[in-house]
Amino acid sequence: MNINTTKIISLLFFIFSTFYLYTAYQIQVFAFDENAPFNARTFPIYLGYAGLFFSGLKLILPDPNTIKVEHKTLEYKKTAILVLIAIVYGATILKVGYFLTTSFFLIGSYYFLGERRWILMFMLSFPFVAAFMYLLHGILDIYLRDPFLQMIGVMG
Amino acid sequence: MIEGILIGLTTALTFQNIFMVMIGCFFGTIIGMLPGLGPMTAIALMIPITYGFDPATGLILMAGVYYGAVFGGSTSSILLNAPGVPGTVATSFDGYPMAQQGKAGKALAIAAWSSFAGGTLAAIYLLFMAPSLSKVSLSFRSPDYFALMILGLTAIAAFSSKGQFIKAMMMVVLGLMLASVGQDSLSDITRFTFNNMNLTDGISFVLVVMATFAMSEALTIILKRNDPTAAAKQVSLTELGSIRINKEERAKMLKTIPRTSIIGFIIGVLPGAGATIASFLAYGMERNLVKDEEKEKFGKGSVHGLAAPETANNAACSGAFVPLLTLGIPGSGTTAVMLGALLGFGIQPGPRLYMTNPEIFWSVIMSMYIGMVILLILNLPLIPYIARILAVPKNYLIPLILFFSITGIYVMSFNNFDIYLMIGIAVVATFMRLYDFPMPPLILAFVLGGLMEENLRRSLLLSDGSWTFLWDRTLTACILATTILIIGWQIYKTIKKK
Repeated sequence: MNINTTKIISLLFFIFSTFYLYTAYQIQVFAFDENAPFNARTFPIYLGYAGLFFSGLKLILPDPNTIKVEHKTLEYKKTAILVLIAIVYGATILKVGYFLTTSFFLIGSYYFLGERRWILMFMLSFPFVAAFMYLLHGILDIYLRDPFLQMIGVMG
Repeated sequence: MIEGILIGLTTALTFQNIFMVMIGCFFGTIIGMLPGLGPMTAIALMIPITYGFDPATGLILMAGVYYGAVFGGSTSSILLNAPGVPGTVATSFDGYPMAQQGKAGKALAIAAWSSFAGGTLAAIYLLFMAPSLSKVSLSFRSPDYFALMILGLTAIAAFSSKGQFIKAMMMVVLGLMLASVGQDSLSDITRFTFNNMNLTDGISFVLVVMATFAMSEALTIILKRNDPTAAAKQVSLTELGSIRINKEERAKMLKTIPRTSIIGFIIGVLPGAGATIASFLAYGMERNLVKDEEKEKFGKGSVHGLAAPETANNAACSGAFVPLLTLGIPGSGTTAVMLGALLGFGIQPGPRLYMTNPEIFWSVIMSMYIGMVILLILNLPLIPYIARILAVPKNYLIPLILFFSITGIYVMSFNNFDIYLMIGIAVVATFMRLYDFPMPPLILAFVLGGLMEENLRRSLLLSDGSWTFLWDRTLTACILATTILIIGWQIYKTIKKK
């Protein structure tokens, strides 16, 4: 069976809009604001209906420009690994610190994308991150929190 | 105005700001040359760095990136027939055939001079038009602003979606929905936070831009097995030929540039239109205006055919600043990113900007001239070498884009939640990109969401809850009628296609 994915996305958006609209109606407003011409739930309610309208329209109207994606040619594995590395990066950055996690994130990403030149990988991770940190923290005065560098006394 | 120009020049001509224009143009050229990575990604990656500067410098840097990206896009169009940005597709029609004939250097020079002239002329138009329009827009009221924002969102959906208007409108609604998360600006009531403290202040604009552009573009490149740097490796330093333009070619350019700069600027000013439409229109118009023997050369390396889109797309870039600087309403996705960055600085662009922050208003206009000169000096002789830098393997480019994206969020919030949210939005955006759901309407809607709600609130309160405010004033009614026409026409086209 040939499933039109655009219609499925539209259906998902329709369901999402329904949920959004339901949540919009649940927004607690102050008692004196309840019957005001405009309160905190007015705009979201209109947006919910707009979402239902356009996604409903997409579902009902014919789709002359059907997009066909060849899933077999897509690189799902590498993309998923990259996303996973980014999640691990996000999970460890606060505890381990910016310098170490970013450097390992870069090395990991280079490796999983197929790079094997270790010297180049090293140069574009640890020294590169150090230089970038110096630019942000040292020159542009943008604060970078790094417990590891603070622990070893490199960063104040 | 003279005082303003002097203020602008004083600000723009500081060593730091000239340096920023140079960095912006250089960085923008590199990103613009990479097919798949456009000016919005380039600007998004720059946002965290701009927070280290004052607003004027930050905006000057972003403007430099913008021009650089458009210029870089034309370089890859000419040398590789692979337009880096949609606005330079028309450049490849005559630029690439010229390069095939061994005149790549000449084609680059024509493109560079046309861009320079187009951008400079448009900056002059902007110089005279912006203050006058600012004065006119002071008479705008909340209903007019609300209607204008609806028009802007509808127009960007109509123009940026390649016949997928309803999809683009869905993205507009999604952008507005994302903008509604967090505390209500007036009552402080939290909405759609699901008791998560991290969402109380709403979703960060930088997070949404990074996720939907920089990060999702990087993931799309991996997912589709594209290699944006592959084409750059083909550029040979020795095959460019002379960059000298002869008298006859100069004469042709002198005819084309003035007229196409006007059309480019006007299209740039219109909400939702932009460099892409401007360049195609200018190309078509020029083809109709030239003599018959010149007409036949179009598509085979015509000087007119190359100068027209290049002039128009750069003029459109300057034109896009008009609604941003005078009304506070961005006309394109790229200027929407700039508006978001300005709001981050605590500055609200609009008709009063040139009175309250003249140094920002005028220095951006003045930096456009400087940017154009720098693009000419920097890019023309350096293009082959910049192309060489682009030959950096995809294995390095993608992780570096992800690194800049995540760092951008990290330095703003020091919060894991924001990183997870960004990854989540990026994954959804990547999937939606596969099915041609356009991202610029989402960004524009996200940026305008708060302003739209504010203006709707004021309008409804003033009219005591009645929607008659939409047609009480002639201006509001005209804007609304245009919006309805666009929506009706687009839906009619969708039905008719079947």
